[in-house]
Formats: sequence, structure tokens, C-alpha cells
Amino acid sequence: MAIISRGFAGRRSAAEAKLPPGQYLTTDFPVLSAGPTPHKSLDRWEFTIDDGSNVLKRWSWQSFRELPSETITTDLHCVTRWSKLGTSWEGVSLDVLLADVKTDLPYAMFRSYGDYTTNLPLKDVMNKQAWIAFKYDRADLEPEHGGPARLLVPHLYLWKSAKWVKGMTLMPHDKPGFWESLGYHIYGDPWKEQRYSNE
Amino acid sequence: MEGTAVLERVTWRVAKVVAVHDETATARTLALVVRDWPGQVAGQHVDVRLTASDGYSAVRSYSIASAPSSDGRIEITVERLPNGEVSPYLTQEVMAGDELELRGPIGGWFVWRSDHMEPIQLVAGGSGIVSLMAMIRSRRSAGSSAPFRLLYSVGGPEKVFYRDELRALSNQGDSVVITYAYTRVTPKDWPRPAGRIDAPLIAMGTWPSTLRPTSYVCGPTSFVEQATDLLIAAGHDRERIRTERFGATGERK
Amino acid sequence: MNASLNYLDGNAAAGELSRVFSVDITSAEGQCANCGAKRRFAEAHLYSHCPGLIARCALCRHVLLRFANVRGRVFLDLRGMTYLRVDAAKQAEGSN
Repeated sequence: MAIISRGFAGRRSAAEAKLPPGQYLTTDFPVLSAGPTPHKSLDRWEFTIDDGSNVLKRWSWQSFRELPSETITTDLHCVTRWSKLGTSWEGVSLDVLLADVKTDLPYAMFRSYGDYTTNLPLKDVMNKQAWIAFKYDRADLEPEHGGPARLLVPHLYLWKSAKWVKGMTLMPHDKPGFWESLGYHIYGDPWKEQRYSNE
Repeated sequence: MEGTAVLERVTWRVAKVVAVHDETATARTLALVVRDWPGQVAGQHVDVRLTASDGYSAVRSYSIASAPSSDGRIEITVERLPNGEVSPYLTQEVMAGDELELRGPIGGWFVWRSDHMEPIQLVAGGSGIVSLMAMIRSRRSAGSSAPFRLLYSVGGPEKVFYRDELRALSNQGDSVVITYAYTRVTPKDWPRPAGRIDAPLIAMGTWPSTLRPTSYVCGPTSFVEQATDLLIAAGHDRERIRTERFGATGERK
Repeated sequence: MNASLNYLDGNAAAGELSRVFSVDITSAEGQCANCGAKRRFAEAHLYSHCPGLIARCALCRHVLLRFANVRGRVFLDLRGMTYLRVDAAKQAEGSN
């Protein structure tokens, strides 16, 4: 049983807005990372969609930036309990990237430069729920926050919004990615507080 | 649950703060008496856990500054970080009589035992001095004559920890040879302009590699990498350099 | 802060890893399963500012060890090391 430290409150501030259970509001933007920040030059950057055997789509940075993009204002919820509200991004919707992709594979593993992976049901990145974001707060996305481009899937915990994203592999079955294979929830809905496996 | 390995090790102990004193304007030493303390070796650290009344907790690591003793009393020195979550509480709120939880002692590599007689080179960056001070104090209380040198890189004279004790050491024969490297502000008439450690300073302020010393380098990650590279360039074996890194902000988590 | 130096070292993982290992992990020698480098675990690059602890080879940056403490359950992945070697006799000498 932990003893209570007299007068200690930590860095949290009172949450007045509606937050998912167990979260607290932050005004800064913490940088969490499991490895060194990758630095990929834009002339070598690419985003690919494959099905495990064949590459179905590939974009260079130039062709990616020619796709229609949109601005998104959304809330972020990190499994380490901080939430940041009203963040603004610009990105290409996964609906645009998947427009010509015909598949009946229901799951996707997103892969990043470095060795990070995270898995998602394909339906969770469609229908205006996910973007490949390249701007944050109207400026180019900085490397420490996942630049040049990261996945953004705000309806799930932020570990699903893979930084430094480089592609997605379509899969027939759900397979756990980097954190999902280390005790974190396979899906990660913050409103159901799905932080850990066996929740 | 059947079949699941149970984590049985009860690691957190209660420590009572018995005294506090300020080392600098931003750093404070806390003296703690720890229930059932098993004793420590110089260089080891403790994890300190703070718990708010709603159950929220934060854990931080702090090097033990004091020499091994048999009375269950240890000292830690905490530097207050501008955006710290724990260090402002420990350096400004905590007072004698308060209790903390801590876990330790921790670490078996970045340690110095007083039965070691080879030359020792200590290299401190900022608050990295804390664990190295434990080694200096351990040497003194054991009556060891192992040859010790300390290279202490620090922003300026007002940021030096244990200032009086280190000055007294410098004035004793057969003791620790101390070289200060001031990175931002120097004392009046200081021969070396303010700046980070470099190859000439290593050459004049540390044991030559031909003596094959064991080196202990402690401080922020960027300092440790730079100091280690300089020692290797000066001929020291990598295997004889032991390192302990803090975050770039100085707070080890 | 130079983001490329956003790591600590194996010493910083020792407290959490003491929940699983009864011996000191920092002085154990580990071999990287990727590049074969043999180093003390204390010298591994440790990423701790994330939902777990990730230790990486100082030479090739490959993941050596992954650790997560999720609501009292500890998950540990050691696949990144070919071995971890502990000197039991030295451990018995009284280092904690």
C-alpha cells in the first residue's frame, strides 16, 4: 500500500472538459519515443500499401503531397494518461489512399521508419477516421513528433497514431504490433479505457 | 491466477526525511533514514516514489550521495528542474519529518568498492557529481589511498555541489586531485575561458591512459557521450570506462 | 534538447527490472542478436519516455530488451539478445 506524499499533486491540471476515463488535460505536447528519431530525406521517403506479397500502391513524397489533403482539429489521448484537446493537423485521408485498393483483408499493420509497428482493423482507418498527417499547428510536422509524416487515428489511444509512418501491410488476421505485443490492448479505445490486454 | 509467475519482491521501503540543506540555489540534499536499509556501495542509486492522494504516482531515480554507513542513513541530492514534476516538490516542499517511499539500492556496474586500489578517474557533468561524490566519500571513510582524480564540468562556481567539502579535499595531501571545467561562468582571473570539456582539458586534467585507470563518467547523456569519446581518443580502453546517463534535462527517469 | 540523444542507459532500467531479476542486471553482459556486439547491459541505450522501457544496442540500435509494467503485470521480451551473462559468484560478493 503506497504511502501518500504530503502535498504532492504532480503536473496534472483540473480537467473541466470531458475526457476519457483516467485521463488528465495537458497544454504541452509530450514527446514519447521508443527509439532514436529517424531522419529520412524526402527524396527517399515513400508510403506503400502491400498485402504481404505484392505492393499495391506506392507514393513518393512528391506524389503524396499532390494528393488532396484536409485540415483536422481533434483531441489526442495518450495511454500514459495525458490528453491534449483541439490540436490542428493537415493530412491526407486514408480514404484517399485506399480509394483504388480492392481488398477483402480486414486488418492492417502500419510500419514506421525505425522499427515501430501498430495494428488496426482496416475499417477503423476508413470513413474519415484516419489521416497521414504532415502538418501540425500549421507548420511542417517536426521529426520529434513524427515528421515528415505520421498516422493520425484520433479515436484510439495515441500509440496507434504511428510516427514516421512508411507503409501499411494488409492482413487476414489481427496481429499485435510493437506495444500490443507487450501487454497493451489490441484495439485501444480510450472511451472504454482499453489500455492493456485482458482489460 | 494459476500458472502466472507472481512478482513477489517487495521492494518499496519507507524513508523518513531527517534533515535538508541546500547545496546551491536550485539543488538540495535530503538526509533520509530508511527502515531496514541493507547498506549500499558507492555509485548506487535509489528510486523515489511519490503518491498523490488520488493514487497518482511518479517515480524518479536519484544517486546516493553519502558514503556507505551502518546507521540506515543515506543522503540524496536533487537538482530542481524548471519543468520538473518531482524535483520542485523534493527541493521546495519536502521537510524534515516527511516520509517518502524508495526502492534500492540499485546498480552493480557503476559502483566503486573501497577494496579496489587501481587509479580512478571521475568525470562529472553537472548533477552527475552526486554518485561520484559518494565514491570520494567512500574512499575517505574507508581510509583508502587509491589514486583518485575528479574532472568536474559545471556551469559556474555557484552551481558547484559540495563546494566546501571539495575545497577542503583539495587542501589535503594524498587526496583527490580536482580539476574544474566551467562551461558558462568562470571565477575571476580563471586561466581557462568558459567552455565545454575538450581534448586539451582531458590531457591536463585526467590520469594519462598509460596508468590504465578505471573511469566513471556521469551526467547528461550528451555530456557522457562527449566525455567518453574524448577519453577513448586519449587512449583509454572503452571497457575501463563506466558510464551513467541522466536525461538531457538532468532528470533521470 | 538534442532529440537524437533522447536516451539514458541500462542503469536507469535496473529499478524496474529488479521486479523480475533477482540479480543486478546492469553488470550482466549481453550479446546483441542483430550485430553480435557484447556489452554490459549498463551501456545499452535506454528509451524510457514511452509506455515501457526499450533497451537498444549502443552500436546498431537494434532492440535488445522490451519491458512494460501494465497495472502490476510485467511483460518482458528478451528476443533481442542472444544471451545475458550474469557472474553469479560476483553477485554473491555483496553487490546489490
